Amino acid sequence: MRLPPGVTSKDFSDALKQFAEAVGKDWVFSSDDDVALYRDSYTPFWHEEEEPIPSAAVAPNTVEQVQQVVRIANTYKIPLWTISTGKNLAYGGSAPQLSGSVVLDLKRMDRILEVNERNHYALVEPGVSYFDLYQYIHDRGLKVWIDPPDPGWGSLVGNALERGCGFTPMHDHFDAHCGMEVVLANGDIVRTGMGALPNSKTWQQYKYGFGPYVDGIFSQSNFGVVTKMGFWLYPEPEAYFSGNVTVPKRDDVHALVEIFAHLTHSGVVQGTTSVIDMPSFAPPDPQLAALRLSGDTKALEDYLAQKGLGYWSLDLPFYGPAKVVAAQWEYSKEKFSSIPGVRFREVESHRFPLDAEQLAKVRDPVPLGVPSLGVFMNGGPRGHGHMDFSPTLPMTGEAVLEAHAVLDKAYRDLGSPTDAPPGVPVFAFFPRALVILYWIPIEHDVEKNKRSRAIFRGLVKTAAERGWGEYRTHTAFMNDVMDVYSFNNHALRRLHETMKDALDPQGILAPGKNGIWPKHLRKEKA
Amino acid sequence: MTVPPGVSPKDFADALRQFAEAVGKDWVFSSDEDVALYRDSYSPLWGEPDELVASAAVAPDSVEQVQQVVRIANTYGIPLWTISTGKNLGYGGSAPVLSGSVVLDLKRMDRILEVNEKNHYALVEPGVSYFDLYRYIQDRNLKLWIDPADPGWGSVLGNASDRGGGRTPMRDHFDAHCGMEVVLANGDIVRTGMGALPGSKTWQQYKYGFGPYLDGIFSQTNFGVITKMGFWLLPEPEAHMVGTVTVPKHDDLIPLIDISAYLMNSGVVFGQTRFATPFFGGAAEQDAALAALQAKPGGASKEDLEQYVQEKNLGYWNVELSFYGPAKVVVAQWEFAREKFLVIPGVTFQETKMLRFPMNAQELAQAPDPVRIGVPSLSIFGIGGPRSQGHLWFSPIIPMTGEAVFEAQKVFADAYREMGLPVVAGGQTFFGPSSAYPRCLLILFGFPVEHNAEKNRKNREIFRRLVHIAAEHGWGEYRTHTAFMQTVSNVYSFNNYALRRLHETLKDALDPKGILSPGKCGIWPKHLREARAPKA
Amino acid sequence: MRSLGAVLLLALGLILATRGAAAPDESQLARGQRVYQKWCYPCHGPGNDKPGTVAMAARGQKPAVLEDRTDLTAAAIKFPVRQGVFFMPIFRKTEVTDADLDAIVAYLMRNNKPSAQK
Repeated sequence: MRLPPGVTSKDFSDALKQFAEAVGKDWVFSSDDDVALYRDSYTPFWHEEEEPIPSAAVAPNTVEQVQQVVRIANTYKIPLWTISTGKNLAYGGSAPQLSGSVVLDLKRMDRILEVNERNHYALVEPGVSYFDLYQYIHDRGLKVWIDPPDPGWGSLVGNALERGCGFTPMHDHFDAHCGMEVVLANGDIVRTGMGALPNSKTWQQYKYGFGPYVDGIFSQSNFGVVTKMGFWLYPEPEAYFSGNVTVPKRDDVHALVEIFAHLTHSGVVQGTTSVIDMPSFAPPDPQLAALRLSGDTKALEDYLAQKGLGYWSLDLPFYGPAKVVAAQWEYSKEKFSSIPGVRFREVESHRFPLDAEQLAKVRDPVPLGVPSLGVFMNGGPRGHGHMDFSPTLPMTGEAVLEAHAVLDKAYRDLGSPTDAPPGVPVFAFFPRALVILYWIPIEHDVEKNKRSRAIFRGLVKTAAERGWGEYRTHTAFMNDVMDVYSFNNHALRRLHETMKDALDPQGILAPGKNGIWPKHLRKEKA
Repeated sequence: MTVPPGVSPKDFADALRQFAEAVGKDWVFSSDEDVALYRDSYSPLWGEPDELVASAAVAPDSVEQVQQVVRIANTYGIPLWTISTGKNLGYGGSAPVLSGSVVLDLKRMDRILEVNEKNHYALVEPGVSYFDLYRYIQDRNLKLWIDPADPGWGSVLGNASDRGGGRTPMRDHFDAHCGMEVVLANGDIVRTGMGALPGSKTWQQYKYGFGPYLDGIFSQTNFGVITKMGFWLLPEPEAHMVGTVTVPKHDDLIPLIDISAYLMNSGVVFGQTRFATPFFGGAAEQDAALAALQAKPGGASKEDLEQYVQEKNLGYWNVELSFYGPAKVVVAQWEFAREKFLVIPGVTFQETKMLRFPMNAQELAQAPDPVRIGVPSLSIFGIGGPRSQGHLWFSPIIPMTGEAVFEAQKVFADAYREMGLPVVAGGQTFFGPSSAYPRCLLILFGFPVEHNAEKNRKNREIFRRLVHIAAEHGWGEYRTHTAFMQTVSNVYSFNNYALRRLHETLKDALDPKGILSPGKCGIWPKHLREARAPKA
Repeated sequence: MRSLGAVLLLALGLILATRGAAAPDESQLARGQRVYQKWCYPCHGPGNDKPGTVAMAARGQKPAVLEDRTDLTAAAIKFPVRQGVFFMPIFRKTEVTDADLDAIVAYLMRNNKPSAQK
């Protein structure tokens, strides 16, 4: 049996006994087999000593039990690692950062506390997945949409706290939340925003409450355990339409992104999209591969034109009344028509609600608010998983070109395990910035994983040199990423640590998360 | 000369001298005459011994000077009260919560650091007003809009950090911000979000950065001094119009709000919506015929009022829906909205002329409501009438339903009558409601302020009573006047003041000496807590 | 429309105004007009959206637009600026310095008949 670092055997078994009294012995996992279920299925440390493995797991069912677990952990200085549904694959899964932590598994807290159809919001516990909430809404015929990310079995609470995103107009998940309840390290329960007013009528309607707006400090951090979260939902729209815009030349990307920025910042386009470079995504062919390596842009453009493909492709998603959507698409085409050789194509069009038969025919249901696990096909039938490297870029064509060039080169220089640079779409996941997502494959091969980790770290540094920071990262690289956020000699980390020491003096909550370590585990930084 | 509480005259004199070395002696104000300039011009305690007043003011010009001032304050335990442009009239103006504080006046830090036309954002210092930023953009002919608060001389940064709002699609000012720079109580400078990455290219493009999203803890508090703030701007739209939907019966408010909520939450209506009834703040309020109806025993009935509006061709309720965007899209949105409202029998529609942008100077001068089209103005100051001596706001948030509005009407009308205050026919006592913030309704009570201690005292009692009544019904204020910050903070008492305990834990960690704006939003430093922050 | 030169001068003036300084070669009258334009005009200019003017008119003041008056005194101008009056709030020295205020006075009294000047 593993022990949490710094905890004696006796203290640990006393703690486990008390955990069992709090949550029931069926819900404390300490056997090797049970604990192994909490490993990161996509761990980049497969079969290595370094792989972080929990010492146990505890699964409470109520807020009161969470408080008790936290108090016990405080008494014995047991580090906890909170998971909601623990589906954070590609970013660390359910495994802790500090090996030997006890996983605080909140999956059993899966109540949907309220769904308000008139005012379009929900209040949920951490264990509620997108599938769960979708089913609940579907069963009752409520005219509200959720915004699932890829994949759909994740937790609404957990994903929003990690500041993940989806595809519909509500794609910024943290921004779509309204009101939280949090158990602090000292066992206190706090409700934020209007929730601090007893019997408030607007907890899920007005975000900020009175005084400091604290919600953000509980996202991507280890300052508390979130036990309830409100979410704004999207009223079921009348229609959905997606139209494709394809442009022929490499340098068209400047106008393409600038016009897209105008449309999305004006509210004409409310969903997300990706900027696809066709050289990476065109059907593979030796001629194409050679052209890509040749650096001859004109020849590449000619090849793509000949294949009827174009150089850049963007799908614009529209949600709303059918006539409004039509007008928005018309306007968008007008704007993009300033690019010579631009082509437009209608991709997909729907009216809601869709019945089961219609839904089954939809190519990709996720942008229509329907959760799916389809994204798992992307790694191919023999995939063992991947890690996500995800820097944010300014919303400009220059940034797209620069990112492709710099990161592709870095990837090759660092010794990519694959031969060709990965095809990487640039996503417009956030309202006003772009994100590039590199899937770095995980294999069941120690040498390859070691190299992949080195590549990841190299990419973090390369991106930082260019002023691009990650919006989120894998637990294995949290320190590396936090290190580049170093303005004024790491002033931000100092501030995080000041808050950590105040809110969790014993340092029991998720040590190391996003580079925030409790005092007794803090390394001396230069 | 007053001295800050708990500070010896010698320490204060030393501090003032050091402030002068830091910012220049011209920018330290300690004479009675100069310090009087920092009074709250709309103080509900005007001229009374309890009026909130400063002991001095310091006006730095750079972040480095702010750091020095903060360090000096820390050394001598001097409480500071930060103002950006100090135009927080109606909510406390430029005066501190803790009398005797030294005002930290950031007006001189008024640089517009960047306006990016392609990516539609700006980065500003605290002293930049809406007028300033508007002129900057106009002078360069940039195709960008700002979202001014009602009085245009307020600080873009200050208003957002107090979580104020405007009228256009970017009206939630705090939500529209992206990235901050903050001087902490220990003099450290922090940049939040992507600003923490040196050389970041996305400080004003991606809000959250990496790790905890801290920005919110610097709004409506005293955890740091904000010295820079980024803002997302709206690309100049092609067109704008306002569609008004009017309904004949009292109960029509329920579907009127439900449909409006659907339209707003779907993004079909992009700007603010305002609900109104002719009985409050409208033409009907002064009508003698209405007064006669109201004078009946029991007051005017619902049927009386429905008949009255029918005869006067007025409508019982209306909502103004603001549309912004491409002209053809706006037309389609308004058409869709009308289709939805047709379920209400007797509904009628009106629309303003479609405005097209850019407008020339003459067109702008004729625009009926410039703030709605991103043009700052001071016209709101006319609200109290020509002899007004100021006002303050009581501002609770209620759910976005007709039932909630009816409940608020009844509850507050009953309260008014109980306190001997007049109630108009129809029973409404507040402006709005409006969707100043998405997904909820804001109702606004305007309290007149006068240079009359007796009247002010009475109004303060009424204000406090309303705060408690609102809380009993689950309605809290989104913001409040410095004179009532303790009262309002006291109703946010869930789990025996757990949130306040959290605030105090953060306060003690971030400002152990308690020098930054003591008492703001009910957050007191340790040494003043016992006396000042009573638990109910 | 204003000429480019005037725009630049105004811009320069606005930049320097916030430092409480006069633009080079700026006469006191020009400074007064510049500061007036920034701080006073939004309430005291002509138009129904100018609450200062509307209130003055409602209280019977003729003319109601400040710039059009020829009977103002230095004290009558300075008092409301530094003390407030009705709903006009106090203005601080970080907004309108003493030198700015003197310039506003000079500007607003520019058309006074000689006997009215004090």
